[in-house]
Amino acid sequence: MSVEHLPYALPGDDALHAQLEKTWSPAKGPFRWFMQIDHHILGKRFIITAFVWFALGGILAALMRFQLARPENTLLSNDQYNQIFTLHGVTMMFLFAVPVMEAVAIYMIPLMTGTRALAFPRLTAYSYYMFLFGGIMIYVAFFLNMAPDTGWFTYPPLASPEFAPGKRVDVWAQLVNFTEISAIAVALEVIVAVLKQRAPGMSINRLPLYVWSMLVTSFMIVFAMPAVMLASSYLALDRLVGTHLFNPVEGGDPLLWQHLFWFFGHPEVYIIFLPALGMISSIITAFCRRQVFGYTAMVLSQVATGFIGFGLWVHHMFATGLPQSGESFFTAASMMIAIPTGVQIFCWIATIWMGRPVYKPPLVFVLGFFAIFIAGGLSGVMLASVPIDLQVHDTMFVVAHLHYVLIGGAVFPLLGALYYWYPKFTGRLMNDKLGHLSFWLAFIGFNLTFFPLHKLGLIGMPRRVYTYLEDTGWGPLNLMASIGVVILGLGMLAYFVNALVSAKKGAVATADPWNGGTLEWATLSPPAHYNFVHMPVVSGHEPLWHAPEHAPVVTGLSTTAKEVLVTRTFDAEPDHRYVYPAPTPWPFLAAVATGGMFVALLFSPWALVIGLPIASACVIAWFWPSSPQKEGKVPKEDASPGIVRKSEAPA
Amino acid sequence: MSGIQSALHPAGVQAEHIARLWDVFLWVSVVVYVVVLAFLAAALLRRRPEIVPNAVDPRVRSAVSIAASITVLTLLGLITASVFTSRSIASVPEAALQVGVYGRQWWWQVEYDDRDKSKRFSTANELTIPVGVPVTLHLQSSDVIHSFWVPNLHGKRDLIPGKRTTLTIRADKPGVYRGQCAEFCGYQHAKMALWVNAVPAVEYAQWVESSRRPSKVPSTPQERKGQQIFMSSPCPLCHTIQGTDANGKTAPDLTHFASRRSIAAGTLPNRRGFLAGWILDSQHVKPGNFMPPMVLEQGEVEPLVTYLESLR
Repeated sequence: MSVEHLPYALPGDDALHAQLEKTWSPAKGPFRWFMQIDHHILGKRFIITAFVWFALGGILAALMRFQLARPENTLLSNDQYNQIFTLHGVTMMFLFAVPVMEAVAIYMIPLMTGTRALAFPRLTAYSYYMFLFGGIMIYVAFFLNMAPDTGWFTYPPLASPEFAPGKRVDVWAQLVNFTEISAIAVALEVIVAVLKQRAPGMSINRLPLYVWSMLVTSFMIVFAMPAVMLASSYLALDRLVGTHLFNPVEGGDPLLWQHLFWFFGHPEVYIIFLPALGMISSIITAFCRRQVFGYTAMVLSQVATGFIGFGLWVHHMFATGLPQSGESFFTAASMMIAIPTGVQIFCWIATIWMGRPVYKPPLVFVLGFFAIFIAGGLSGVMLASVPIDLQVHDTMFVVAHLHYVLIGGAVFPLLGALYYWYPKFTGRLMNDKLGHLSFWLAFIGFNLTFFPLHKLGLIGMPRRVYTYLEDTGWGPLNLMASIGVVILGLGMLAYFVNALVSAKKGAVATADPWNGGTLEWATLSPPAHYNFVHMPVVSGHEPLWHAPEHAPVVTGLSTTAKEVLVTRTFDAEPDHRYVYPAPTPWPFLAAVATGGMFVALLFSPWALVIGLPIASACVIAWFWPSSPQKEGKVPKEDASPGIVRKSEAPA
Repeated sequence: MSGIQSALHPAGVQAEHIARLWDVFLWVSVVVYVVVLAFLAAALLRRRPEIVPNAVDPRVRSAVSIAASITVLTLLGLITASVFTSRSIASVPEAALQVGVYGRQWWWQVEYDDRDKSKRFSTANELTIPVGVPVTLHLQSSDVIHSFWVPNLHGKRDLIPGKRTTLTIRADKPGVYRGQCAEFCGYQHAKMALWVNAVPAVEYAQWVESSRRPSKVPSTPQERKGQQIFMSSPCPLCHTIQGTDANGKTAPDLTHFASRRSIAAGTLPNRRGFLAGWILDSQHVKPGNFMPPMVLEQGEVEPLVTYLESLR
């Protein structure tokens, strides 16, 4: 494989390529699966695992829709329905939406910032296994008829031991621990990688908008997720050791739960939505052939969303009865968040206006985003109004709204982005015909499924009901929605088939099949394990559009040790070199230990006493200093790193 | 029965205000949606010069600024409309009539309070109120969180254990409205409905008068037998029938059971056949509810149902 045709290559890079491939090669041997720390391998695993949960969550959704297709249907019992709607929410929020966005970042961020690997590679491995084990645990519980059945929001007292005996709610609480540990760990990696591992010259005001969105998202994760872990730990205490934090009879407060939960739960939706905004910017840039209009406004909008996102949680609680002044504050905050989103939409439209759109499936998915998401955003403005919310809160209207913003606002852009970056994952292109087909099926199916739910909510249908009487007159609209879900499902199926088949049979992609402008397109498709032979030095947005063959590059990084360049936070000036560790099984074993402890905690608080030392032992082994020579930490050659202009490069 | 559980068919002053506000939001949203998508379509379809310049067109820049400003102004307008609606909803005068509504898994207990203890009475899953008179509901729950929602009259209000919340409603059109629990509350959240009968003041006074009376004394042999069966089975442990020994407090008061529209919290019409089915196998109708299956001898169901259907 030759790398000398790549934009930042120097003559003689093919030899370096061979050497670097060897140095950065992933773990080998029969136990390699448990030892990988390569961000490509883990990123792909993460994405695939998240989509497995997505497919399962989708099947659950279809089951619910079939149950509701006609009044007093008996496909599912109330007990099954309650478990299924809970597990659907849990799956989509905890096991799909946040993890998949982080998963894409694990793969893409180092490529887009021009570095060789994501920060803290072993932590990535650990978070992957925690994520995997959590999902397995809850689905095993489901097949044992032990899945939580109190909603993904799990309000006490319904979730308190008195009203929810058995282990179902405990499974929920432990799942939160699994997934949130994983989410926070990845967020930290992303923050550090984005702030400290950028290509020289990629100052903070030249970050691709997608990278910005992941940076903001990751900070939001770090601030939001602890609230839900606190809440779930309190709940576990109430259930396991008999505290009464949420028990009103003993002076506890059920509303405390709601505040803690929604302090996480509302930022959560922006955690899902912001990465999608970044993806949209990437796609629009590439397929309209010009830089996004209003870069600064876009960045400030993302940051503003990150802050305001923490100020709206109470709009989930309007029906609990708040003082009027408080209501007005949260109404204003909830509506205010429409401003940054609006600004971004206007900037994209301006970009399309001034650009030259190429109607490839990624752009088509983004156009679908506009059509769906704007409707969802507007229904969100309606929900921000207390009087309207009091009518439609906890009805099918909200189900419609949240799917318009989450499927329209996050899943459509995600599908577009995976299509767009697919060559970087597999080295091949997805099939355009099938891509368009999957879009249209998903788009039509989606609207048919969810648009009628707005009306259903207004004419009185609450959420989370397993059945309804014929007299309510809700039958026809429900039937329409249930037919829609079949079409939506076919669209998703077409997309998955396309993704699976194209991995083997798709057209082979060049390094930059879409003429993209950001650094991921300066690597091979799929990228070599080390990403870049020479880190590029960038001098603007979309560096590949500005004569990259004349751009300076970084030389002198070791080819025999896994060395990365650490750069300064704001201006991305080279700071120092850092050597990455070798593959290791310890993150896997640590995840087994912590995961085992969490599962055992379902049954006894003593699990903590026994599990913590074991988990700690694994972590100590993980961090045990080993001989630098053995780990290949000392570079054999001692070239001092420097920045080389192409013209000065040795022949 | 369409329109009797609908926010779009207001029958009370608050629901009316909200429906008007909804109209404002709906039409503003429709306009915004159409305009934004029209701009998107124009951006996609407009004719372009052969070579797209990389520079930013200053007219585009001002268009984006104008759009952002319009967004801000629109939102300010909507916030104002929303706050004023909140105020008018809250400004319904202090109610003379106070009714206690207790959410239970999975039915509604309705308590008509009075200073005179002998005038208090209790019913279930049915709230009768006079038209044109504000009524303050005292909402409480002793198990899990429920939410009281009769969309034709008002938005919802949660019933939170350990807290007392109130909701003042005023029905302006006589009629029957249906409400349903709106906060997920367990196995039978789906089957926790209640009826609101908004009746003219005179009729309301008559209803109160008759509701205060103890239950009708059985007058036929069949009814007497039915009462005997009721009293000798586990029924009185949970149900109350005023004027008899039955005074259980955990299940709906049956004193005037036959006057109610439905059984099992709006699940079945209150008719003989359904009632018999409910008594014999309530778990089939409403799985997970707290009424145990009744073991009755042959020939016991008929009189029992006859007795219950006589409790007008």
